[in-house]
Amino acid sequence: MKIDASKPLEYSTEENSNKIFGFWVFLGAEIPLFATLFTVYFVMVNRFASGPSASELFKIGPVLIETFLLLSSSFTIGLAIHAMRHGYKKAMMVFMAITLLMGLGFIGIEIDEFFTYVHEGATLQTSGFLSSLFVLLGTHGAHVSFGFLWGAGIMIQLWRHGITPATANKAFIFSLFWHFLDVVWIFIFSFVYLKGLM
Amino acid sequence: MDLDKFKVHGEPLIYGAMVSIALATIGILVGLTYFKKWGYLWREWLTTVDHKKIGVMYILAALLMLFRGGVDAMMMRLQTAAPEMKFLDAQHYNEVFTTHGLIMILFMAMPFIIGLMNVIIPLQIGARDVAFPRLNAVSFWLFFMGAMLLNISFVIGGSPDAGWSAYFPLASLEFSPTVGNNYYSLALQISGIGTLITGVNFIVTILKMRAPGMKLMKMPMFTWSVLITNVIIVFAFPVLTVALALMMFDRLFGSQFFTMANGGMDMLWANLFWVWGHPEVYIVILPAFGIYSEIIATFSKKNLYGYTSMVFSMLIISLLSFLVWAHHFYTMGQGAMVNSFFSITTMAIAVPTGVKIFNWLFTLRKGRITFTTPMLYTLAFIPIFTIGGVTGVMLAMASADYQYHNTMFLVAHFHYVLIPGAVFAVIAGFHYWFPKVFGFRLNERLGKHSFWWIVISFNVTFFPLFFLGLMGMTRRTYTYSEESGFGPLNMLSFVGAVGLAIGFLLLVYNIYWSTRYMPRDTTSDPWDGRTLEWATHSPMPVYNFAIVPTVQTRDALWSAKQDNIPLYDDKKITKIHMPSNTGKPFILGVIFFILGFSLVFSLWIPAILSGIGVIVMLAFMSFDRDHGYYISAEEVIATEKKLKRGETV
Repeated sequence: MKIDASKPLEYSTEENSNKIFGFWVFLGAEIPLFATLFTVYFVMVNRFASGPSASELFKIGPVLIETFLLLSSSFTIGLAIHAMRHGYKKAMMVFMAITLLMGLGFIGIEIDEFFTYVHEGATLQTSGFLSSLFVLLGTHGAHVSFGFLWGAGIMIQLWRHGITPATANKAFIFSLFWHFLDVVWIFIFSFVYLKGLM
Repeated sequence: MDLDKFKVHGEPLIYGAMVSIALATIGILVGLTYFKKWGYLWREWLTTVDHKKIGVMYILAALLMLFRGGVDAMMMRLQTAAPEMKFLDAQHYNEVFTTHGLIMILFMAMPFIIGLMNVIIPLQIGARDVAFPRLNAVSFWLFFMGAMLLNISFVIGGSPDAGWSAYFPLASLEFSPTVGNNYYSLALQISGIGTLITGVNFIVTILKMRAPGMKLMKMPMFTWSVLITNVIIVFAFPVLTVALALMMFDRLFGSQFFTMANGGMDMLWANLFWVWGHPEVYIVILPAFGIYSEIIATFSKKNLYGYTSMVFSMLIISLLSFLVWAHHFYTMGQGAMVNSFFSITTMAIAVPTGVKIFNWLFTLRKGRITFTTPMLYTLAFIPIFTIGGVTGVMLAMASADYQYHNTMFLVAHFHYVLIPGAVFAVIAGFHYWFPKVFGFRLNERLGKHSFWWIVISFNVTFFPLFFLGLMGMTRRTYTYSEESGFGPLNMLSFVGAVGLAIGFLLLVYNIYWSTRYMPRDTTSDPWDGRTLEWATHSPMPVYNFAIVPTVQTRDALWSAKQDNIPLYDDKKITKIHMPSNTGKPFILGVIFFILGFSLVFSLWIPAILSGIGVIVMLAFMSFDRDHGYYISAEEVIATEKKLKRGETV
């Protein structure tokens, strides 16, 4: 494989730059996916039948912690990529570990929140509003959970093989994914929670 | 566990199908063992990452599905051939028209096009492979397993029965209590993921792997059409993914998206389905336009007229395809403003399409036309598709649509668009590119026989339906009375359907006959082609091009032949990097199949286990350190010499 030393490691082969471009196209497909879920949610938001409405259900506390964790983890994955560009394997691993732990914290709080809702009698089956809420949040949460497993897998590969064109490429693509989830969360935070609490 | 829900009751036809499926499966297994072909099958096909072989598998699967969907069609035409027919009961008829639509569009037309695209696109842009060969195999196996999942539905548990558009509340658990629509949501979901991956793969392939000198506006028209199609796939398929997931949640977990009570909204389904479903129509038709453009230019010996306007008309069509979805339900009470908007955008599509029709006609003008089989299909396409288009404009008028809505007129219209627009195109493309892949042509005489059978019978089958529609025969009617007067035209339509079946059987016979008796093609350019795929050997070696060609003009090979421009800038052959075969995509497909099947029947434990299996397989694929292999320069030179002597490798 030809390695172009003038480019960053993650872009250094033709295969690598194709993969990054391909992942951008994939993220292009994730936009209509989440856009559709948001549309479904906006259609459903006032159709709460006999169940609770958004303002009755949402509490700001856990959501703020979730937001803090996810936004900070987007920053730390940026630091991990920065460390990778300088070839600091250890620092990179530490930042990735922090990122994933914050992701895990996010998932934990979300699961706890779901349990609280269900405990209060607000389930997937209760109303159109709740169905759309659970599926929108759940899809984002499933992405974060998948991201956790994916990131852990990449860490193992980094630990075994070091920062190579292949592992750098994977880590970089993972960081794109993680940032994307952050962007989606900003929309959820603003248009689901803040708007719902109003 | 309730074993009873796996059974389909009381249909002698279905019992017959069960027995024949079992016998065919046993026959294949015994045959493979007896002829010791298991190893060959595994090494050469199931584990392949070669885009040409994947393309061939797509086309084979599509041909099989053409016959499955065709049998459905024959059963429908037979059932309605005369008043008060007792061939199928109402439920079975519902299942047959539902699976006919699903299979023909999603498991026949689209995979056929994706198959041609797989075989031809890398060759046409002078690339050695697609961007992500292993992902390409994943795409194929997901499509294939999705198709199989839908196909077993009619013998295990029952097929979907709410129409291919699966409108709610009809498709809800309340009104469709069998597992049929569970199959719908899962089979489409699995193959849809495969299609989305194909979309990503081909966008990257076309944008990043073109031969040096091939600027965007120098790409062959088929490549352009495929690029635009894949952009539509990437934007439209996620909507289907969501819609199907919500359907699955409603049916399996009791959520309230499309219910009539508890805040659900049935119109939400109609909108989501058609936001994907309308662009889907263009996903199957735009590549067909590309195929026709190639064929018309080749067999008129002229440059394509109005290349730039062709590209722009496709771009405009792709944009408009996302703005017309509500024309599928003018009569569902969405108000005059909304109907007007969708009426106008729908009619606007006729403009760029008309531009294309005139471009093809101007390409033919003063051309030196040869009437080969692919060219015949192309020439037949133009007037027939125009009838489909004009009736489409009739349907686009919202107020008039209240008259034709949900009648056989609509059925006639979309068959007049989709059969010339997609089926003729893939058959034409199949005849046109067949010698590239296999090294010999299909027999022209048999090809023309089958062409005339198909084209004439097509009109006999579907033209009467326009009149039946105007007479008031609604579609999806499983039987009607003598007094309605629908009998004679329906009988005529049935006769046409028999003719169509004969035409397609002739096509298959042609493949068999040509494989045995047609002389091998030694020129590798049997049609005097214009684009790069004809610049390499037929059949082509695994690496496509020994030296990557350099492109200077639009029809690179044609100008190379006319003006003696060299396609290769040097004679130096170097080692070539190729991806190695892998069985993981196939195994992933099998696990997805098990996952889908378990979810259909709400078997939670196998579903969870296979869900974990999917994650484990993905991890395996990520940890894979196989970076492929190199073919040495000496080996390439030896292969090239052999191919030049006309030997196979």
